[in-house]
Amino acid sequence: MSDLTAGQTGVARVQDVQAAYMAMTRRKRLYGSVVLIVFIALMVSGFQVADGRNAGGFWDGIGNIFQFPGEVLAEASEKIANLPGLMWEFLPSLIETVNIAAASTLLGAMGAVLISLLSTRGLAKWPRLIGVFRRVMDILRAVPEIVIALVLIFILGGGPVPAMIAIAIHTVGALGKLFSEVNENASLKPVEGLHSVGATWGQRMWLGVIPQVAPNYLSYALLRFEINIRASAILGFVGSGGIGYDLKNAFSWGQGRYDEVAAIFLLLFGTIVLFDQVSSRYRNKLIGGE
Amino acid sequence: MTMASDAGFDASGFFRRKKLMAFAVPAVILAYFVYIFFAFDIPGLADRARMDNARILVADSYSYKTHVTRDNRTGDLTIAVEGENKGTWPEGRSPDWVSVESEERTRVALKHGHEVLIDGNTLRYDVPGYGLITAEVSRREGVTLDLPTDSVPGWISASSARVDITTEGGRVTLTKARTEVMRYAFGWELFWFTLDSPFYGKSFGELAGLVVSGDRVVEGKSNLAAIIHDIWNNRMWQHKDVMWAIFETILMAFLGTMGAAIVALPLAFAAARNFSPFMVVRAVVRRVFDFVRGVDALIWTIILARAFGPGPLTGALAILLTDTGSFGKLFSEALENVDKREIEGVQSTGAKLLQRYRFGVIPQITPILLSQLLYYLESNTRSATIIGAITGGGIGLLLTQAMITQKDWEEVSYYIILILIMVMVMDTVSGWLRRRLISSDDSGH
Repeated sequence: MSDLTAGQTGVARVQDVQAAYMAMTRRKRLYGSVVLIVFIALMVSGFQVADGRNAGGFWDGIGNIFQFPGEVLAEASEKIANLPGLMWEFLPSLIETVNIAAASTLLGAMGAVLISLLSTRGLAKWPRLIGVFRRVMDILRAVPEIVIALVLIFILGGGPVPAMIAIAIHTVGALGKLFSEVNENASLKPVEGLHSVGATWGQRMWLGVIPQVAPNYLSYALLRFEINIRASAILGFVGSGGIGYDLKNAFSWGQGRYDEVAAIFLLLFGTIVLFDQVSSRYRNKLIGGE
Repeated sequence: MTMASDAGFDASGFFRRKKLMAFAVPAVILAYFVYIFFAFDIPGLADRARMDNARILVADSYSYKTHVTRDNRTGDLTIAVEGENKGTWPEGRSPDWVSVESEERTRVALKHGHEVLIDGNTLRYDVPGYGLITAEVSRREGVTLDLPTDSVPGWISASSARVDITTEGGRVTLTKARTEVMRYAFGWELFWFTLDSPFYGKSFGELAGLVVSGDRVVEGKSNLAAIIHDIWNNRMWQHKDVMWAIFETILMAFLGTMGAAIVALPLAFAAARNFSPFMVVRAVVRRVFDFVRGVDALIWTIILARAFGPGPLTGALAILLTDTGSFGKLFSEALENVDKREIEGVQSTGAKLLQRYRFGVIPQITPILLSQLLYYLESNTRSATIIGAITGGGIGLLLTQAMITQKDWEEVSYYIILILIMVMVMDTVSGWLRRRLISSDDSGH
């Protein structure tokens, strides 16, 4: 008897579970489809708003999309003999752009090491100020480079320095966040060991933490360097030196200097791809070598 | 293990190498900075730097000036915030520190007890601790200046064409065409209401009282609606346009990021080793990813701006193209790490190809996909600001425009604050969503 009742309640329970499961699945599906519908509605209406507020509409423009590249290509192929000379001519600007990126990555990474150590629990010199340093990092990360660059161009005049400072400031925030995540995983034992022999905070960090986290730091810094090359080219376009500035000049001149535009496009493309490849190879080595 | 025995074998060499590295790396970095110091002409920076610009920028961003201007040809007097048309005081009204005594005589009280009297073509300025300055404008001789001392002090610059007096109380300029007295004050004037609004100068309490009271200030509109209308259509600060610009910037980031993900996901299957059997297809798709990523948003923006003109759509498409490359690479890497057993499990229930993808693959890559998507959404908000400055759209455009005028620094600082808030809000929202969406999945990282 008891067996039978147990069997019946068991069946009932299975049915309950089944019903509950089906209800949950249905609810999940419903949520999923609601989210999907909202998302599609957002995309479509967003596209229509953007299309309406654009100077030229999407459907008018899509036909002309190859017109400008076509013009550039036509003129460049006409004067193809000039291209190597032009690329040589623009090489110094390209080097300036890369230098801006490299210097700002270095400066930013140094700042980021410091601020990330100061805002990691267990490592911070002033544990009470961890929150403050984190907020500072958030603000530095939120500032788009162009804001600082434009203000500094007004004060310091054109040239590479405003771009360098602007990118470095953003880099401190962006790398600082990543570095502090790395720091959290660092072992505290070497730090305690150094502490016990009377090492100062600086020595504990330099000798106890940095050797543990250096490969990860380097890998993130390389990735940032890639991003910063792009940023430095863009900032050149709004007026602070480097290849972006030459691109803007050649571009606003229009037809007749499209061979220069083509040369700069090629240089920029080649540089970005080159540093992409090099850095991803080294990053794989750094992370894989552990 | 081998590492330890190696180190034991050649410990001194190992340490020598370590020591060398410890000195060589900082030395190389230092040498590079020395090179940068000269390559970027940092010694020459001091000459080029315009610290007076910095002072104007800082002072303007938290204060404003009101101009009291007399047209010396017609004799008309206008009072305007920042000397702008949009900020002109209406006829017959004036701030309490200006007293119009007659058609020709106007008394302007500046700060720290300074007082200026505009009397026809004559201006009298009593500077405490210095004496009475008298300046007269005549059509034939220009501006003549009468000072209590023989020498001209440094804070006055005088010529027959133009006299400029700057004191702690304010600033006075005289030319043949007009006499202008400027008084500085703290804050962002006219931020809520312009002078033509009936609500100008009312405190928050008074406004709240008006909202709940039945008397209508503006015919045919409730007080709340009128207040909102006046703030929204403020001509000085253009809240409507600014909010639209912020919205456009976020729209660019949203459309670009989501569009890129939609385009990249199917392509990523074609680029993943375990889903795409044809090597040629894989190679082609991967080269396409590398290409659109390598061309960079800057060049895409320029090319697209030619076809579509300036605006948010161009920016969105530029982000879409660049990020299709980044997403394609990330997604195809995620797909290559997918666990085969789950797909086989789904297949064993008799699922068709699409169902296998839907239930065997997508759930595995969703956490990575979503977290990357949200991360890019936040970072693209910043990119959209920059792209807007290049192509002409969104808050980036407003910022560059305000910069170019080189005088609306209070607007520049307002925009900067708005941009910071926008990016931080996007950062918070995307971080919150990421935690919400991914913690519900056990496979999250």
